[in-house]
Amino acid sequence: MEENKELQTASSQEAEVLEATETVPAASVEDTETPLDKNVRLMSPTRMLFRRFFRSKLSITGLIMLIVLFAFCWLGPVVYQRWGETETDRTGKITYTDYSVSIDDGEFVQIFVTDNGINELAPPSADHLFGTDEQGMDVFTRLMYGGRLSLTISFLAVFLTSFLGIVLGGLAGFYGGVVDDIIMRISDVLICLPTLPLMLIIGTVLDANGVPSQYYIYLLMGLLSLFSWPGMARLVRGQILFLREQEYMVAAEAMGYSTARRIFKHLIPNILPQILVSMTMSLGSMILSESTLSYLNLGVRIPYASWGTMIQIAKDNYILQNNFNVWGAPGFCIIVAVLGFNFIGDGLRDALDPKQRR
Amino acid sequence: MFKYILKRIGMALLILLGVSFILYALLRCMPMDFIEQRIVNLATSGITVTEEFKQQMYKTYGLDGNIVEGYLNWLGNVCRLDFGKSFISQREVLSEIFNADRMGTSFFVAAVATVFEFLIAIPLGITAATHQYSVRDYAVTVLVIIGISLPSFFFGQVLKDVFANKLGWFPVSGMKDAGITYANGFEALVDYLRHMFLPILTITILSIGGRMRTTRTNMLEVLNSDYIRTARAKGLKEGTVIYKHAFRNTMIPLVTSLAGLIPSLFSGAMLTEQVFDLTGIGNYALNAMTQGDIPVIMTYNMFLAFLSVMGMLLADLMYGVVDPRVKLA
Repeated sequence: MEENKELQTASSQEAEVLEATETVPAASVEDTETPLDKNVRLMSPTRMLFRRFFRSKLSITGLIMLIVLFAFCWLGPVVYQRWGETETDRTGKITYTDYSVSIDDGEFVQIFVTDNGINELAPPSADHLFGTDEQGMDVFTRLMYGGRLSLTISFLAVFLTSFLGIVLGGLAGFYGGVVDDIIMRISDVLICLPTLPLMLIIGTVLDANGVPSQYYIYLLMGLLSLFSWPGMARLVRGQILFLREQEYMVAAEAMGYSTARRIFKHLIPNILPQILVSMTMSLGSMILSESTLSYLNLGVRIPYASWGTMIQIAKDNYILQNNFNVWGAPGFCIIVAVLGFNFIGDGLRDALDPKQRR
Repeated sequence: MFKYILKRIGMALLILLGVSFILYALLRCMPMDFIEQRIVNLATSGITVTEEFKQQMYKTYGLDGNIVEGYLNWLGNVCRLDFGKSFISQREVLSEIFNADRMGTSFFVAAVATVFEFLIAIPLGITAATHQYSVRDYAVTVLVIIGISLPSFFFGQVLKDVFANKLGWFPVSGMKDAGITYANGFEALVDYLRHMFLPILTITILSIGGRMRTTRTNMLEVLNSDYIRTARAKGLKEGTVIYKHAFRNTMIPLVTSLAGLIPSLFSGAMLTEQVFDLTGIGNYALNAMTQGDIPVIMTYNMFLAFLSVMGMLLADLMYGVVDPRVKLA
């Protein structure tokens, strides 16, 4: 019991002992008047967390990557207004193809002049920084708008998934018994449903019911969240089952605290770290799911842009070979975004790990 | 133990029932493109399509009645091991899915990729853990996180563009070169492997990350434990400490995760197969889904669900076998 109390105080308010010889002159060691906290610098857990987080180069790299990406997507279109998201470059393109033809009288050159109404698949230039796609839309501009959509959708989906997971997992863990059984059996069923096929089926169903293409992806990702909460629910349930048996929870109950207070004041703050890490990591995987769905033509539809939709045109082998600028750029953006979230998640996990020694 | 297994199998059956009902209900909400297309075709070829005929048509495909009736009908057939016929090819679904071309291809790709995944990820995880916070640890970590972050369709396309289109080392897509007759079996094998190389590479690189991270975490946990300190204090060689004392204990989660791999061995990598145009089960299922071939989609997804349920059960049983501290009850 005694030991436990000490542990409690240690974990709630970590103290870092400064090197006594450095800050306090050797002579003053006998000075018993100096209170203890002069030799000891108190650090709140939050501050320790920040310190550990920012000490890791990886998490800083991730943070910078994401800040740059967010600035690019949200401030980009404000600054760079040359082209709109769905604006087609109609300046046209005149291409000359020449053939040398030989007939009995001699040779001559036949020139075909093709006047194409739209400036499609243009190479990168000052006008179009990353060129244009096969519909003559500016790739650079679409990258920014596509990023807005991809990032917004992923955030919404992760918040919805986590909300469902926390509430259901919390209920299951806290109340146990029948509630727990029902929720966990539902989560078993959902875990066994293969995600990608399921999304394909739901996508087709939505299609058939005439959902307008702007809202389509939001609905699809919302439904995806309905099917992907079990991971978070299991995490929360496991943690709560573990914490429920801790002495401090027994104490809280013995002191007659209300259920709400026990849950929100004593349980949730203790699970928050794991939830945060898991949410950061799933942001990355949500971006991947969103782009996968868009790539399979089930997400954001042309003319609206999303990174996945933009890669889709590389299914055409000619474009795959000749227009790397068109499909490589969105792929690169996806990688940067997912990588950023994964780096931060990794850094957070290390920073929050109580067993960490550095 | 026996009672535990029985209880779990009963539970698994319930889960499968739930999964199959959700899938069936969703599938029935899908547009009946396939049959309507057939009716339109018949109508345009001059045959008068009566309402009666339409109903008959839906009946032959088992799509008449409401969802619950249809589901019970499907369930009854499945209990008699009749999974129906593919709408498109009119062949038995089971023989469509489980043949060398479909399941065989996917299994081969997944199995080879899994072997390489373990061969590469485990040593990487161990070095990263034993050299924690060193340059090596960071380098390995960064590389594998990049691996996790790659979208499979994009990475597959990059590999295809670089190694097939630009360098020409590997064929662009498909299962074998068109119009080539092989002098002997060896040549045919080499050609097959050349076609499989890029898909396998894609899947391996994408999956190394997760495995390496878990190995590293488990290894770190074991390395911090008391018996490792004891082993070092006894003066054992570092190699013995790492590979004999530490690694054996990280095997516990590794071995049980093998059971979780079962579904991915047979499910086929939908996107990778699609990018490289393989005839595997993933690509086939993707096509079936876009065309609304309900018996194929149902059987494929139920097969996957069955494998995941079995995988979970096996993982729990293996825990009991591998880890003497775990008692199943």
